[in-house]
Amino acid sequence: MAAVGESGSAQDAEQAGLVLRAIAVRFGGLTALDDVSMHVGPGSVVGVIGPNGAGKTTLFNVVCGFVRPHAGRMAWDGAPLRTRPHRLARLGIARTLQGVGLFDGLSVLENVMVGATVSARTGFGAALFAAPRVDRDERDLRRAAMECLSGLGVADAAGRRPDSLPYALRKRVALARALVSRPRLLLLDEPAGGLGGADIDELATLIRSLPSRPGGGCAVMLVEHHMDLVTRVCDHVVVLDFGRVIASGTPEQIRDDPAVIDAYLGTTVEPAHE
Amino acid sequence: MDRFLFLTVDGLTHGAVYSAFALALVLIWRGTRIVNFAQGVLAVATSYLAYTVTGRSGSYWLGFLAALLAGLVLGAVVERLVMHRVAGAPPLNAVIVALGLVLVVQGVLGMIYGNQYLPFPAPFDRSAMTVGGVPLVSRFDLFVFGTVVLLMIVLALLFTRTAIGLRMRAAAFAPSVARLLGVRVGRMLTLGWALAALVGALAGMLVIPTGLGLHPTAMDTVFVSAFTAVVVGGLDSPAGAVVGGMLVGLVLSYVAGYLGAGTAPLAVLALLVVVLLVRPAGLFSGPQARRV
Repeated sequence: MAAVGESGSAQDAEQAGLVLRAIAVRFGGLTALDDVSMHVGPGSVVGVIGPNGAGKTTLFNVVCGFVRPHAGRMAWDGAPLRTRPHRLARLGIARTLQGVGLFDGLSVLENVMVGATVSARTGFGAALFAAPRVDRDERDLRRAAMECLSGLGVADAAGRRPDSLPYALRKRVALARALVSRPRLLLLDEPAGGLGGADIDELATLIRSLPSRPGGGCAVMLVEHHMDLVTRVCDHVVVLDFGRVIASGTPEQIRDDPAVIDAYLGTTVEPAHE
Repeated sequence: MDRFLFLTVDGLTHGAVYSAFALALVLIWRGTRIVNFAQGVLAVATSYLAYTVTGRSGSYWLGFLAALLAGLVLGAVVERLVMHRVAGAPPLNAVIVALGLVLVVQGVLGMIYGNQYLPFPAPFDRSAMTVGGVPLVSRFDLFVFGTVVLLMIVLALLFTRTAIGLRMRAAAFAPSVARLLGVRVGRMLTLGWALAALVGALAGMLVIPTGLGLHPTAMDTVFVSAFTAVVVGGLDSPAGAVVGGMLVGLVLSYVAGYLGAGTAPLAVLALLVVVLLVRPAGLFSGPQARRV
């Protein structure tokens, strides 16, 4: 932002982490995102908040390659990001989905193993002809997945089907599946949705611990309705309304910003002053 | 009683092939929600290739191998060039395209090889060996059984014990989620078709020697039987396909044995209708059966 001029590619190249510049997305006549810029640096936790329909999930979908922006640029660790979804994991970016999004047909352990297959290299030929490497790969996957489940305290559920678990545990399994590939950036889509107070406390502790995670820190980009969680865990908050950034700053700055109060909490604040 | 035993063994042998063929249908259904109506004709095409290779080289097994490899390639090519384009379209599109493929391949095979039955060799003696005074099972029957059992073990291991099998299952259950986790879903689908066509090719090699011979329509009745097996077992269930295949094999054998061979095709259709009326999701349907 310090550099002057329109050409941003030189400064993007110097910025590590995820950089979004002037992203615009239109669905037919509807503008879902308009001139959205933000930066998620290594080891930071950035929150994206806004009322329903503000474009938060669309923003995630743009980063993941599910939605192509009509204008704007994205960069990841200095290189232009124009990815397709399946390449994201290899770039070190993981995402959880709104709700749970687990494979109900696979066991909890297998769900997490799929997340770990990014690193498995065994081709189809080798698998078909039962080369010894297949067995080793599969055992490595199993171990990595099991470690990740234990780390999140859900190792006991490894053999069960996701749909037989309580909601809070399912969300934790989904987190394990996203984290097992050791991403450097985790996109969390409403992680607190449907969780109770104690579970949200644990979630906050977990998110705060990710940037200093042993074996490589993980930055977090968080889309969330739960205001309390956002103010507790985020270093930086971006507020969207009708697809535009209306405020950006520390949680404290955001909380006191009149434009945010107006858009996010509505006019109910006004009478309170009288 | 001897007759009953003989018919049971005969039914199970045919049933084993239907199981394999049904399994191939399930493989494609789970990945793409398409019933591959072209599967029979693809298996016929690979069998013709085996016929040519065996004729030129004099080796049955070289032809056998050629058929399996051709199945693998043909499945991948059909998915990439044809079926890929109707993925995500209304289901009827895939059905029409597959039926079109049947006509084209049958026509081309007829032009190359002619529309008469060609003698197709079996690698082992097909005359029944006598067990306790009863002619019961032939060497070829044992070969069929052994091959299908081996095939099922390999497939089960592939899907439950390898990373690539896990990815294929993930891609089938929830493609967009799998994509986010780094799974190349398109590639998994191609692989699924290749694998299914390989299984189909194998089934063709096992069943054509027991019929009238090689003909562009040689697998049509087998396809109907396997399709019935899949409906009986539930389109989503590999175990259901295996059991369904055995069941259809037995029913066909008993009906043909006790009521005359002409009634067998009717019996398959009757079974299909009954299952669709009583339990349309199949005997082994998972989610539907668990729905509360």
